[in-house]
Amino acid sequence: MSVAEIDIKALEAEALLTDKPEALIVTYWKRLRRHKLATFSLIMLGAVILLMIAGPIIMSRQTYYNISKNEETLYARDTQDLANRNAAPSADHWLGTDELGRDVLFRLLVAGRLSLFIAFTVVFVRETVGIFIGALSGYFGGWVDSFIQRAVEFIIILPLLPLLLTLSSLLRGVQINFLPPEWSQAVVIIIILSLFGWTGAARLSRGMALSLRNQEFTEASKALGMSDLQIIARHMVPNTLPPVIVNATLGLGGVILLESALSFLGFGIQQPVATWGNMLQDVQKDMFTAPWKALYPGFMIFITSLCFNYIGDGLRDALDPRLKL
Amino acid sequence: MTEEIKTSDGKKKRRVLLDVKNLKKYFPVRAGLLQRVQAHVKAVDDVTFFIYEGESFGLVGESGCGKTTVGRTLLRLLPATDGTVMFDGKNLFDLNASELKKLRRDIQIIFQDPYSSLDPRMPVGESIAEGLRVHTSKNSQERYDIVVEMLARVGMRAEHARRYPHEFSGGQRQRIGIARALALRPKFIVCDEPVSALDVSIQAQVLNILKELQRDFGLTYLFIAHNLSVVEHFSDRVGVMYLGKMVEMATRRDLFGDPLHPYTQALMSAIPVPDPTLQRKRIILEGDVPSPLNPPKGCRFHTRCPLVFDRCSQEEPPFKDYGNEHYAACWLLETGEQGASKLIQGKVSAADLGVAG
Repeated sequence: MSVAEIDIKALEAEALLTDKPEALIVTYWKRLRRHKLATFSLIMLGAVILLMIAGPIIMSRQTYYNISKNEETLYARDTQDLANRNAAPSADHWLGTDELGRDVLFRLLVAGRLSLFIAFTVVFVRETVGIFIGALSGYFGGWVDSFIQRAVEFIIILPLLPLLLTLSSLLRGVQINFLPPEWSQAVVIIIILSLFGWTGAARLSRGMALSLRNQEFTEASKALGMSDLQIIARHMVPNTLPPVIVNATLGLGGVILLESALSFLGFGIQQPVATWGNMLQDVQKDMFTAPWKALYPGFMIFITSLCFNYIGDGLRDALDPRLKL
Repeated sequence: MTEEIKTSDGKKKRRVLLDVKNLKKYFPVRAGLLQRVQAHVKAVDDVTFFIYEGESFGLVGESGCGKTTVGRTLLRLLPATDGTVMFDGKNLFDLNASELKKLRRDIQIIFQDPYSSLDPRMPVGESIAEGLRVHTSKNSQERYDIVVEMLARVGMRAEHARRYPHEFSGGQRQRIGIARALALRPKFIVCDEPVSALDVSIQAQVLNILKELQRDFGLTYLFIAHNLSVVEHFSDRVGVMYLGKMVEMATRRDLFGDPLHPYTQALMSAIPVPDPTLQRKRIILEGDVPSPLNPPKGCRFHTRCPLVFDRCSQEEPPFKDYGNEHYAACWLLETGEQGASKLIQGKVSAADLGVAG
């Protein structure tokens, strides 16, 4: 029953020679980069975001020939050119003009800022809230769990669209002082969409927490004197991340579309403020005369959703230490 | 400290580190529409024992007898139903949250399953450093230094700190679990079947590490196990549990050399002897362990005891010291007759070979 003695002195000496491990975030980044599609999507999304930020800034300093005004005009979101409506792509208007003669490219880029901001924020807020509520519910169990789960079920059975319409009409007049009006509108939309979206993430993370709380490492953490909230934050939440991340990335496209549905019904972000959603709805009446106009916002929604999905895929793999990458 | 224990036959006075009195843990069984409590599973029912400072106290018994529950209750991972546990002069069950947190530094646990006892998404170094994070204000470099030291103590390398649990074998994970328990320099460690999930060669390695750490840090162990050979190898004193009760408690030498309780004798006869010419009589117990939902009246063991007589089924035998701190709970010992509780009289010799089981 005897084994060779372990030479602790030698091990200690060796331990002193090795330096501190790299930060976890660096490890994750390296692993993410090994996922080719995710890396490509990241670059792509970066390019799209850069274009949306820089594009309007550059364009607003350029001029084009506005036929109705009969003069060179600076590019702007709302400047109309009624003599040049529904124009085909040209040197002045790379993506043509809309039914009021506004430059589509400029509007598309400005719209992207708002759409992506809304989508990002809504998804971030609701998944974060959902993870914590779900982890809380699963970890504590008992009446806490019952209470949270009944609340979740209650929110799920509510018919979403009428509720969103009611809420957005109620909150329509809300103005946030330090924000420009269109961003203030966006914040209202974000709050409304976040309020009803966290249930999916909550259910996912509850399921994970239920199985994790009975594992011995949770007991070990308790024995080490960690509080329940510390255990939830350090053990439950990280372990529930992978399904939630996938859920989040799949949800991003949905949020853009939900926002556009609201806009279409006249309760979302209103014209002349542009979002991809309301631009898409705007061209519906030209579906048979100029169908290509739907392609611009549609393509942007498609590309960004796709990128998010691949990034989510890569992220899930990168965060899972069990996968060899 | 080890020396002190080795000369325990001498009259040296040793300090009791952990004193458990009448510990009870009942799990309510709920059923029906209103989830009313229908019955209780008496997992631990009136268990009394004590552990001297610096010793290894082995706790043995078959599956479901409540050994693990005792361990968890001592750590207050489970709330006890009744009883007192004095640790270092303080009653563990009277502590408020902040006192308890302070005490967590002194009492740690090593788990049975090396696969579920480490967070799969956390580098093992982080897991080991967790206690330091909670209890000390050390910065990450200081924590890392301690992690490296602890890893070295259990025979692992510094670079292992940043790896994840799945990259290790069962034995390595168990050593990581030991390092985690050790990082806060506790006085007392509950080892909850620390080697039963490991294969035999690794068992020896882990046990030796535990021994070494005990020597170096002056640790006290509560060693929960069901493998008697391991307990014999590891413990200074041993307690035997049956169906939520402590039936016998003595020094290792007394317990293995002269078991008083019939149940302990039956257990001893089940230890395989690694010598084919040396066979013992095997005592085979009839029947199954009764359900802890409805344990038998009187002596818990009377339904299976070969020496049962009428008193056993009526009154519960007292858990008493029968000399030299050899505690047991059996009515036959109360008769005062020499060897009354012995299932097999005298020494078993080669002549028994023919009848051995």
